[in-house]
Amino acid sequence: MSDALLRTPFPERAGAALKDTFLQEALKIATTKFIDLRKQSFAGFPQGEALRDRARAIKEATLQHLDVHLERLADNVERLGGRVHWASTAEEAREMVLRLCRDRGVRMAVKSKSMATEEIDLNEALEHAGITPIETDLGEYIIQLAHEKPSHIIAPAIHKTKGQVAELFSRELRGEFPADPEVLTAVARKALREKFLQADMGITGANFAVADTGTVVLVTNEGNGRMVTSLPRIHVALMGVEKVIPSMTDLVVFLAILARSATGQKLSSYTTLVRGPRRAGELEGPEEFHLILLDNGRSRQIASTLREALYCLRCGACLNVCPVYRQIGGHAYGYTYPGPIGILLTAMLKGNESVRELAHASSLCGACKDVCPVRIDIPRMLVELREHLDREKIAPWTERVVFKALRRLLLSPTAYRVSATVGRWVQRPFVRQGRLRGLPLVFGKWTKTRDLPPVAARTFRERWKELQ
Amino acid sequence: MAAPVRASLMITCLGDMLFPEVGVAMVQLLRRLGVQVGFPDGQTCCGMPLFNSGYHHDAALVAARTVKLFEGADHVVVPSGSCAWMVRTEYPGLLKHDPALHAAADSLARRTRELSQFIVEVLGVTTIESPFKGKVTYHDSCHLLRGLGESASPRALLRGVPGVELVELPGADECCGFGGSFSVRLPEVSSSILDKKLANVESTGARCLVACDAGCLMQMAGGLSRRGSAVKAVHLAQVLAGEVER
Repeated sequence: MSDALLRTPFPERAGAALKDTFLQEALKIATTKFIDLRKQSFAGFPQGEALRDRARAIKEATLQHLDVHLERLADNVERLGGRVHWASTAEEAREMVLRLCRDRGVRMAVKSKSMATEEIDLNEALEHAGITPIETDLGEYIIQLAHEKPSHIIAPAIHKTKGQVAELFSRELRGEFPADPEVLTAVARKALREKFLQADMGITGANFAVADTGTVVLVTNEGNGRMVTSLPRIHVALMGVEKVIPSMTDLVVFLAILARSATGQKLSSYTTLVRGPRRAGELEGPEEFHLILLDNGRSRQIASTLREALYCLRCGACLNVCPVYRQIGGHAYGYTYPGPIGILLTAMLKGNESVRELAHASSLCGACKDVCPVRIDIPRMLVELREHLDREKIAPWTERVVFKALRRLLLSPTAYRVSATVGRWVQRPFVRQGRLRGLPLVFGKWTKTRDLPPVAARTFRERWKELQ
Repeated sequence: MAAPVRASLMITCLGDMLFPEVGVAMVQLLRRLGVQVGFPDGQTCCGMPLFNSGYHHDAALVAARTVKLFEGADHVVVPSGSCAWMVRTEYPGLLKHDPALHAAADSLARRTRELSQFIVEVLGVTTIESPFKGKVTYHDSCHLLRGLGESASPRALLRGVPGVELVELPGADECCGFGGSFSVRLPEVSSSILDKKLANVESTGARCLVACDAGCLMQMAGGLSRRGSAVKAVHLAQVLAGEVER
């Protein structure tokens, strides 16, 4: 994401988001809707809980032999006539796509929604090379027109109200369009159909790739993703290496919980299974199929404390329930993957330095862990991440000093007792009607919006004597 | 006659320094229920602030000290779900490198309960006579609800008080925005989450907001008094003991 944005400290980015009334309105409506839909969906699906355990176990087991599964996937894709490319970095992945474009004279590429392509900033690279990328997922199309980035893993334009979309379309697509989702969808559809016919390449991500059969699986709701895989003469699928699953039986487990977690649907409207390019005698499908397997820092995390983040299905459920995400939306996080899982993925992909502030953008309420289809223990991993930041001295030294002092206080009952006495003295000028207000220093961050109870005239410890 | 239940009170740092009246209410309540209450002197804090910010080595030192301090207690009762969670869920892991301490931590984890859980599970009591009257609503603290899986006991106890009418809080299971140091690291976000919570609280028409965690109570009471609300935030123990001092 843009360096200019990241130069603003995270608390300021979050503060700006809180003041954006459109964003607040859009977030409230959308996240509440997603939460309710997910809840209803699982309420009527008692086997869901066991399937979540099963899905987690499959991810766990697959990662233990990731290399084996990936090689089987690659073999099967090539057996079907596809080409497999291994990219260890984002740059390598970009280069592979660009080389394909150059070698095959591609001028325009249609895309289906893919966080992996966001992760490697593919659109920027394509544009820079004179190739036009066109996002065909409605939400992605909206933000591409607005020159923005997705603010949610599955609902990229979640931060926009329908009024804002109507304005955007009227300006960018030249017309007078009402704030009516049906009308706006039809407008986008018409504009996109023309692009589909012109495009030489279709670029997709992958929700899963089945090693046994060489199948790349796309889960979408609009159908344009399927057209991206079938209409242009070249199909390029880019996927993180952790997306591989062993068998079709495993796929059934994941499909049963993915859409339920994401949108509350039993299944998404389209589940597209792609096996290689068009074969002899077939009438449809691309002439070429390329699968790019993107590592970009993933495999080195298999043995790390962040390991569980590799189970993520990118359903977005943890974003919807996160009290922080619900207040600030996705952009304030500053990186490709927002929300609680995004903090972990950012640490994984960009290094611990990049999450110095973000690691603390969670109240550790645990709502994310509760809804995660594969039960990733996000709060625990955030705490582990913070531990790394402290140990690697990435946390500010002032903070480390404060916590070391706190440790000393908590280890000495005498010092602890004295601190109550000191507190009572120091707080005196700030007591108003039995409450503390207008405190200085770090305490002021509390009292700016909330009162604080003063240190009691007699602590419980002091009152205990007369209770005996 | 069965021997009386003996329990040690883990008052917690916030309970000791900022909310001593909650501790007093707990002692009175537990004694009325026939419990012999003890208070190991020298206790400070469970170490959760250190743990949550990632200072695990330091938290382990505090945990080791606390484990020893409560070694002789039959039961340990805690007024805050989060501190009870810390002891039950995190202490054994923090002390895993020392077999003796680890065993002691495991034992303490098994003996430790948040107040409502202690009353319902250990004492087997769900109906407590209390003069407390009025409409109340209940906030599920994150660590008690999702950490310890407890949502029924506090509600059962509130419903058991004859004069209390419990109305469900919309979004009762959503975080109040406290989150320990989160509340001062990102004060605007924390306050914004709080505002939503308090709007829900006020929509219930309750006169008291009940919770089982001093952290959440500090956050929610701080917001209520700042906005001049008529709603009082109180601890479950105060309702059950029948006295609200403030």
